[in-house]
Amino acid sequence: MQANMVMAINDALRIAMENDSKVVLLGEDIGKDGGVFRVTEGLLAKFGEKRVIDTPLAESGIIGTSVGMALAGLRPIPEIQFAGFMFLGFSQLVNHAARFRSRSRSTLTVPMVVRTPVSGGVRTLEHHSESPEVYYSHMGGLVVVEPSSPYDAKGLMLSAVKLDDPVVFLEPTKLYRLFKQDIPDGSYEVPIGKANVLREGNDITIITYGTMVNVVQKTVDAKKVDAEIIDLRTINPLDTRTFVESAKKTGHVVIVHEASESFGAGAEVAARIAEEAIYELDAPILRVASPSLPYPFPGYEKYYLPNEKKIAEAIDKSLSS
Amino acid sequence: MVVKQVFDDKIEYISIIDENGNADAALFPKDVDDALVLRMYKRMGFARDFDAKLLSLQRQGRAVTYAPLLGEEATQIGSAFAMGEKDIFVPSFRQHAVQIERGIPLELLFIYWMGFEEGCVVSKPLRYLTNAVPVSTQLPHASGIAFAQKYNNTGAAVVVYVGDGGTSEGDFYEALNFAGVWKVPLVVIIENNQWAISIPRAKQSAALTLAQKAFAAGIEGMQVDGNDVVAVYKAVKDAIRRSLSEGGPFVIEAITYRMGMHTTADDPTKYRDSSDEAIWKNRDPLLRIRKYLSAKNLWDDDKERELHEENVKTLDAALEKAEKFVPDPSSVFKNVYSFMPDVLSSELSAGEAAGYWLGD
Ligand SMILES: Cc1ncc(C[n+]2csc(CCOP(=O)(O)OP(=O)(O)O)c2C)c(N)n1
Ligand SMILES: [Mg+2]
Repeated sequence: MQANMVMAINDALRIAMENDSKVVLLGEDIGKDGGVFRVTEGLLAKFGEKRVIDTPLAESGIIGTSVGMALAGLRPIPEIQFAGFMFLGFSQLVNHAARFRSRSRSTLTVPMVVRTPVSGGVRTLEHHSESPEVYYSHMGGLVVVEPSSPYDAKGLMLSAVKLDDPVVFLEPTKLYRLFKQDIPDGSYEVPIGKANVLREGNDITIITYGTMVNVVQKTVDAKKVDAEIIDLRTINPLDTRTFVESAKKTGHVVIVHEASESFGAGAEVAARIAEEAIYELDAPILRVASPSLPYPFPGYEKYYLPNEKKIAEAIDKSLSS
Repeated sequence: MVVKQVFDDKIEYISIIDENGNADAALFPKDVDDALVLRMYKRMGFARDFDAKLLSLQRQGRAVTYAPLLGEEATQIGSAFAMGEKDIFVPSFRQHAVQIERGIPLELLFIYWMGFEEGCVVSKPLRYLTNAVPVSTQLPHASGIAFAQKYNNTGAAVVVYVGDGGTSEGDFYEALNFAGVWKVPLVVIIENNQWAISIPRAKQSAALTLAQKAFAAGIEGMQVDGNDVVAVYKAVKDAIRRSLSEGGPFVIEAITYRMGMHTTADDPTKYRDSSDEAIWKNRDPLLRIRKYLSAKNLWDDDKERELHEENVKTLDAALEKAEKFVPDPSSVFKNVYSFMPDVLSSELSAGEAAGYWLGD
């Protein structure tokens, strides 16, 4: 089927619900309205109010009740309308979803997938453009994935639903309808915890994920540089081996993400490479990311976001040293 | 064994001017004369014209996603008129009319909706907060501001707004509970417009009224016809007076209706019946006051047209000023801390050197 990311995730949710009657969806406006981005469109009609639940407006409630459902054997897929509002449920995620397994020595598990739209570039109001992946990764206990294409979105969702761990599933708003792809009609899985080598190359390794994947691809195509592009796909836990091996091969590394630079995922990736491969590098590891400050109002976001120009300059800088 | 009733309370609903413009003489507040009704009517008209302007700007790509107030003018204007000079106003994100009445320059409101922080600059002393987009998160702030008024003996009350949906959030309950324990001068206006995006009021809470949520915090609560500007004025004025004189918060649930879309990104035909919309069209808050004033020969079509023309002129002049605003990308860096950390200053100068701040 030809699908954009919205259609791909919708299809994955439908398949997951057909395959397992324990899967339920809950969230604000996900039923009749089909979600503010229409990701759950048609699912209420298909599966009914028992399994597609329009909730009251309360994020801690949505995540906390999902934790309870999961502890009791259901497989909830809560939606938080925007990542900026997930902080209202942050305690439930980090204090409980992330810890039930370890505190109970794996006798209690929280199999749920918390979906939320992330990142910016779409000129929306305050709190609708955040890239919060590291908040959830730093804790340990939460799996954090972020697809960059319709194919990955469907396959990662179908893997996530089967996992017996809480998964934070980040959906870049900007990519929801950016492009369509031919994806398989039926069920397939994209493995969690595995990075994707999108393009093999010998001169430089560019590690990225989410909204920046297609920006990196465009930059590399335009520059005709022999770059290896790695899409992390899973932010936590990191697929260290894939990017360390690539770094050893090319000797040049640029890390690109939309989240702000300070304490971002790029810092973790850079540290891992430095620890395991620093003597095999020919240049300092460079990062291209947003400045280290709160996401600005939409009028300023074009100045704030990483773009092709910034990425191209980092590639040149790395290759010239 | 002892069985006795340990809690009993009730919620009153007041309405003064009905849909046909008929006023209840017994309930009509003594401090409201026709001149005041006329002034409030004109300001409701201005709010509606402001709303239409923003909607059209958004449709032309000159404003970001906007949350219209259409239908909620009486709740907003009645409560804004009830506030005293010193009282402090804390909005959610839909109280454009209150913002205007509290003296926030129109130009700043336009700059905000064009997508710039410069639309949020606040003058001192503190008379209002800026919009809070995360639902209900403004309520604890309001309780804290009210605490500070009591602490400093300022004689000012705090008036905070929240939607029907917002009453489901933890912050709503926590804020009420604190305010109840601290007995601070806080008036919480639940602007119940029946919808939280696609979720109808009935799905938001099994409670019969939202006002009764006050009881759990030991606070008084009431309902008011939120489409009756005079009733709202009276309810809020009384509540502010009592919250200051008796000490203690107050909850007012204003029953109104979101006549338009949730925001410009929303499509209500997906989830609500147009018959519902038709019922509320008859309860339009402007319509009934227009009938009331017309019956007293205080209003007519010519006056209506003049008012509208005048409003458009005022709005266009403010918009013209707002559109002269020149964004300063370095402001994004210079307002994060009280000092400039090395990391930010090098990010800023790297951006400047590379020309990132000069435009696309
Ligand atoms: C914490 C949080 N969750 C979700 C949203 C997305 N959202 C914005 S407005 C809204 C509905 C609010 O309904 P209500 O409180 O009734 O206020 P109204 O919009 O009707 O004025 C939702 C869900 C948000 N802004 N903040
Ligand atoms: Mg509402």
